[in-house]
Amino acid sequence: MKTRYLFLLCFFLALPGVILFTYKVVALGFPISPDTMTEVWNIEARITFDANEGPAPSEVNKIPVKVTLHLPRDPFRFKIMDEHFIAHKYGLTVIEKEGNREAVWAIRKASGMQNIYYKAVVRNATAGDVKTDEVEPKVGAPNFDGAYLTAAREILAEAREKSADVNTLVSEIVKLLNGATHNHNVQLLLGRKNSLVHRLDMAARILALEGIPAQVVHGIRLGDMEKDAKIKHWLEVYHAGRWYPHDPVIGGPGVPERYLAWWKGSEELVHIEGGGKPDITLSVSLNQERAIENALARGSISKPRLMKYSLFSLPVETQVVYRTLLMIPVGAFIIVILRNVVGLQTIGTFMPVLIALSFRETRLIGGIVLFSLMVGLGLSVRLLLERLQLLHVPRVATVLMVVVMFMLFVSILSYHLGIQLGLSVALFPMIILTMTIEKICIVWEEMGALEASTQAFGSLLAASLSFMVMSIRYVQHIMFVFPEVLLIILAVTILLGRYSGYRLFELYRFRYLAE
Amino acid sequence: MLNIISKLKQKGILGINRRNAVYVFENNSRSLYQLVDDKLRTKKLAQDNGITIPQLYGTIRSHRAVKDIHGLVEQYSDFVIKPAHGSGGNGILIISGRSKDAYKKVSGNLLDREDIEHYVSNILSGMYSLGGQTDVAMIEFRVKISPVFESISYLGTPDIRIIVFRGVPVMAMARLPTRMSDGRANLHQGAIGAGIDVTTGVTTFAVWGNETITEHPDTDQSIRGVEIPDWEHLLSLSSKCYDITGLGYLGVDIVLDENQGPMVLELNARPGLNIQIANMAGLEKRLRIVESKGERLANIDQRVVFAKKYMRHS
Repeated sequence: MKTRYLFLLCFFLALPGVILFTYKVVALGFPISPDTMTEVWNIEARITFDANEGPAPSEVNKIPVKVTLHLPRDPFRFKIMDEHFIAHKYGLTVIEKEGNREAVWAIRKASGMQNIYYKAVVRNATAGDVKTDEVEPKVGAPNFDGAYLTAAREILAEAREKSADVNTLVSEIVKLLNGATHNHNVQLLLGRKNSLVHRLDMAARILALEGIPAQVVHGIRLGDMEKDAKIKHWLEVYHAGRWYPHDPVIGGPGVPERYLAWWKGSEELVHIEGGGKPDITLSVSLNQERAIENALARGSISKPRLMKYSLFSLPVETQVVYRTLLMIPVGAFIIVILRNVVGLQTIGTFMPVLIALSFRETRLIGGIVLFSLMVGLGLSVRLLLERLQLLHVPRVATVLMVVVMFMLFVSILSYHLGIQLGLSVALFPMIILTMTIEKICIVWEEMGALEASTQAFGSLLAASLSFMVMSIRYVQHIMFVFPEVLLIILAVTILLGRYSGYRLFELYRFRYLAE
Repeated sequence: MLNIISKLKQKGILGINRRNAVYVFENNSRSLYQLVDDKLRTKKLAQDNGITIPQLYGTIRSHRAVKDIHGLVEQYSDFVIKPAHGSGGNGILIISGRSKDAYKKVSGNLLDREDIEHYVSNILSGMYSLGGQTDVAMIEFRVKISPVFESISYLGTPDIRIIVFRGVPVMAMARLPTRMSDGRANLHQGAIGAGIDVTTGVTTFAVWGNETITEHPDTDQSIRGVEIPDWEHLLSLSSKCYDITGLGYLGVDIVLDENQGPMVLELNARPGLNIQIANMAGLEKRLRIVESKGERLANIDQRVVFAKKYMRHS
């Protein structure tokens, strides 16, 4: 009964920890490793046009200029962030229209060359970012009549014959339109306008005839570094509740990984009223960024409540404190294992953890040397004091003061000798050090030097092991980014609290009994 | 390693984790600990129930009263000073005689009046108590060593530790002081542990530190086969300690005085596990026997009969 209760408790303690951890890794894209890098792209669209060119010369400065730019939108695969719209003196509105986003810049009067910039950062979307906010689209009108309708129907019938489902149907239509120049139905439909965009548009219209919503998608490839990115086109077909991209040449489902959808439909990227033909340059550059920053930045866009209450929302100085504080449970956990599973004897239960914390400044070897030095010096003073027969509290206080003086002395001496390490002795927890000295002394008197040195060595070993675990960057990273792991550690610690197996050292202690 | 674990399990060797998690927690209610952790209370409890204990000469409770110790012990040539809340035999000072103004330790070393006062004030400051809280110094009768042990102990007083589980004495050992232990009967400090067959009261094995021995290292007398006198009385005495404390898992420390016979020295709610090495036997095996067969043992006599029947050394 007690055991079942224990396991239930530990299970329900660990469960939210595991769930939260998994959610943060899978959905929010928090990196498990401290060094994970992710890709982000900076994209830029530059529009240059002559405001004097479009209208009749007499009307320059009389009719307003209006520039419409489609904005990238690819919610399933990418996240667009940090958007900047730069256009001097222009008014800006961003609107959503037929599944596209448009930026509209307007100005009452403009003359001469105009420059308009759009900048944004693009990141890969993770599972948590995906929003299925798409409504079932209406099928567009095919707009065929007469002979064209017959030709389109024939192509559709031909494709349907070779296909089994929507994917293969799309594929067949695209292939027919792309490949068969001898097919007079295709020739009729395409006429002279035989560009890829035109063919894709035709495919969409034929699919509309079948009652399947389809549209042409325009986008760019997110290369490593492209000063003048070419616009790519592909087909998007709606079935099974969402839009699926299709390859523009063979028609199969999917487009290359780095294709960013920009806008959809048959419109141009930029539309200008009251100005000349625009010169448009799209550029892309790749940036590596620490995955954690990426996850945090993405979180600040979609703002899950979780993010608001994470450690990253605290002031930086407090974050630094928690980076250290969160290591203490890890150290305590190591001590639990060392004492209850291994059976190591230490002086003071959690003293080694505090010593280990001070090792962070001195590093391991330096820490061991300084610790041994301080304890050695303190012990000799303590033994000298024994002759004076001081009362307990004043004696401990005396040792404490002497320890502080030694710390001063070691720091000053080593500084002048050019040993930087000696300075960090100041970070040793002196109260802990004093209590350690006192306890070693009592053990020494009561149980002899051997037992005293065994326990002192055990403490130092425990401190070193805790330090080594606590200084693994991986561990630090996990504890800080996923503090919910504490729940898991807590659950395991509670389980260990009912561990009733042999301690490792007992196997040695009782070894004769096993013969 | 798995081999060792399975062998230890098979022999029923009890480990610390299991002792605490299973036997101590389930049989010893925490509220009862104070009965045994405070030796003054233990003494009173035992005395009220007609159990012989070493006579308490007096206590010193404050630093102001430290100098009173000399008056307290004036009429006694030998005595023992110990902390009321000491653990594991720590902080016990045995004075075996006087030399003018000075006190003589069993080792022959002399302590002057100031040394004694300092020692007492250390006890009061909590140097030997479990949590470091302030303590009380007890001054009590020093047991006259029984002739049985005279030849197999050096200096101090040997004692007998009996583990009592739910009132049934399950395992016993004699702790014999050596030169190394400075007269103290603590295995950690170098005393010898000699296993005693619960059914007969005769010593079996003996361990000193990590080695098995047959003779006392200081007196060269054989430790094995020594018969403890009046063994049955010791068994019922230890069983009675269960009745008066209610601690289901209990270590009873008994000393044999030449004139007054067996006396209960101390009780322990978390007795150590070295007794298994001294007996070359596993405790848990015997605890299981009590768990499975010892349910209806109504009184001390029945428990002693049960122990003499089942707790045989094998």
